[in-house]
Amino acid sequence: MTVAVSILPEQQLAVLNAAYRQAVARKRWRLLFGAVVFAAALLLAAVGAEVNLHTLFAHFGNFMSYFDRILTLDTGQRVWTDVGEWLWGWRKWLRMLGETVLISYVGTLIGATFAFCLNFFAAENTSPAPWLRFVVRRLLEFARTVPGIVFALIFVIAFGLGPMAGVLAIAIHSTGALGKLFSEIVENADMKPVEGVRSTGASWLSCMRFAILPQVTAGYASYALLRFEINVREASVMGFVGAGGIGQELVVAIRKFYYSDVSAILLTIIVTVFIIDISTGWLRGRLFGKEART
Amino acid sequence: MTGPQQIDTRELRARYPDVFDRPASARLAMPAMIVAAFAILVYGLVDLDFSPSRFVAGLSQLGWISLMMIPPDPGSSLPIYLKALGETLSIALLGTTLAALFALPVSLLAARNVVPSKLLRFPVRRFLDSIRGVDTLIWALVWINVVGLGPFAGVLAIAVSDFGAFGKLFSEAIEGADQKQVEGVRASGGSALHEIRFGLLPQVLPVIAGQVLYFVESNTRSATIIGIVGAGGIGLQLAEQIRVLEWQKVSFLILMILVAVAAIDFVSGKLRFAIIGRRAVT
Repeated sequence: MTVAVSILPEQQLAVLNAAYRQAVARKRWRLLFGAVVFAAALLLAAVGAEVNLHTLFAHFGNFMSYFDRILTLDTGQRVWTDVGEWLWGWRKWLRMLGETVLISYVGTLIGATFAFCLNFFAAENTSPAPWLRFVVRRLLEFARTVPGIVFALIFVIAFGLGPMAGVLAIAIHSTGALGKLFSEIVENADMKPVEGVRSTGASWLSCMRFAILPQVTAGYASYALLRFEINVREASVMGFVGAGGIGQELVVAIRKFYYSDVSAILLTIIVTVFIIDISTGWLRGRLFGKEART
Repeated sequence: MTGPQQIDTRELRARYPDVFDRPASARLAMPAMIVAAFAILVYGLVDLDFSPSRFVAGLSQLGWISLMMIPPDPGSSLPIYLKALGETLSIALLGTTLAALFALPVSLLAARNVVPSKLLRFPVRRFLDSIRGVDTLIWALVWINVVGLGPFAGVLAIAVSDFGAFGKLFSEAIEGADQKQVEGVRASGGSALHEIRFGLLPQVLPVIAGQVLYFVESNTRSATIIGIVGAGGIGLQLAEQIRVLEWQKVSFLILMILVAVAAIDFVSGKLRFAIIGRRAVT
């Protein structure tokens, strides 16, 4: 079988080729320029962050041997040969893990409640007054941008050491994050029911209760569950600053070089996070159907 | 005009039985869930040592602290703080770039349309999941043991924990790519590497660039806190000033962080629009 491929005459081809090269060249120059700027920024950042490749290579063996060490018992055996010895503190750790989950649960619930109360003022379509919206939005932004652990550091000084500081820190951070998401759901809600309710002479509160709320509760619950998942992770490090939970045990184990304990606690944290992820994913699927699982 | 119509509720009940006579399980599910959630909340409050007196005492303490924070004042250490802020931004940028570079090849291994074998994909995915299950702060503590205190440990901590997140996000982007272009490359005799380079990468690179920029943003936030455990940046200064109760400096540092995050938000938002167009941004 022969295939006839038509080839343009030489002259025409040269013109087309030149036009193509010019078009591509401009794009390539722009890409090159972007790459150079990016490389310069990286170089500057490397100097700023005191990157020392020599240290990295000299100590990289350390990193590998660190994992080797945390997977070795005091007796010199591998940890999985003697699980009872490895997880010797499981009662205590399980209690601390329970406390971690409880911290994130209480924190999420308090945060969601506050976000629920505030979000109608922050949404563009339901806010009673522009100045109120501005104030509430800035407030939520502040609560969201300051990291939870910074709040925890300050609360530990104000409320004393213990899980209370962790709960409040998580609650404030969740208020900021959920308040924004909730108000976005409200902004996407259909406004016709609101007009319907208002035309009967209902107050602002009744409008929210009977026109907006039925549309948005499913979205609220879905985001709150997602937040709970994130907060479990966050609560696992609250103990670093003395705000309760498993983090306390972990930081002691790392700082005092109780190697096998480090791997045991890390394992329990990872397993807990997995279980929470899977169960909240399942719950969200059950409650709101597949499309709500983002 | 006729008056309000007389509505026969009995007839309505008979006509719409599923609205008026829902089974007890459906009617009670919602209140039961609310009661259960509330019960756990109360148990949690008791178990976590919440007491009204402690709460009120703490609030008044917090009020004093806020009063002492005004006005924000860096004292004489403004240059140190600016340097620390630069360090934080460097940590975020370097850590994210490193993570993206290492995550790209691994994410190919975790994508269904590149590696069809489930047996090969499963361990890669679980590996990425377990990296993500560990918080950045924990990684920072581990890296401090390896390369010592300082911002370099922070860079590596951010790189590792983002590696897990990027691996998952990139592989999802790759799985969402159009398969026709890959088939086109294969039909013209390209090798597997050609398929990835000319069929997949041009489709997924803009998506990936958008995600990386978003992570630079969110990592500026993470980078501010890893200093708390000693991994460099502005968090180190913040934790120190909180410990010595220099509240005016604390509020100044928090303001600095807020401004820096807002600036990075703005810049990376602009860049993202430039790269992937306004509509593609979710």
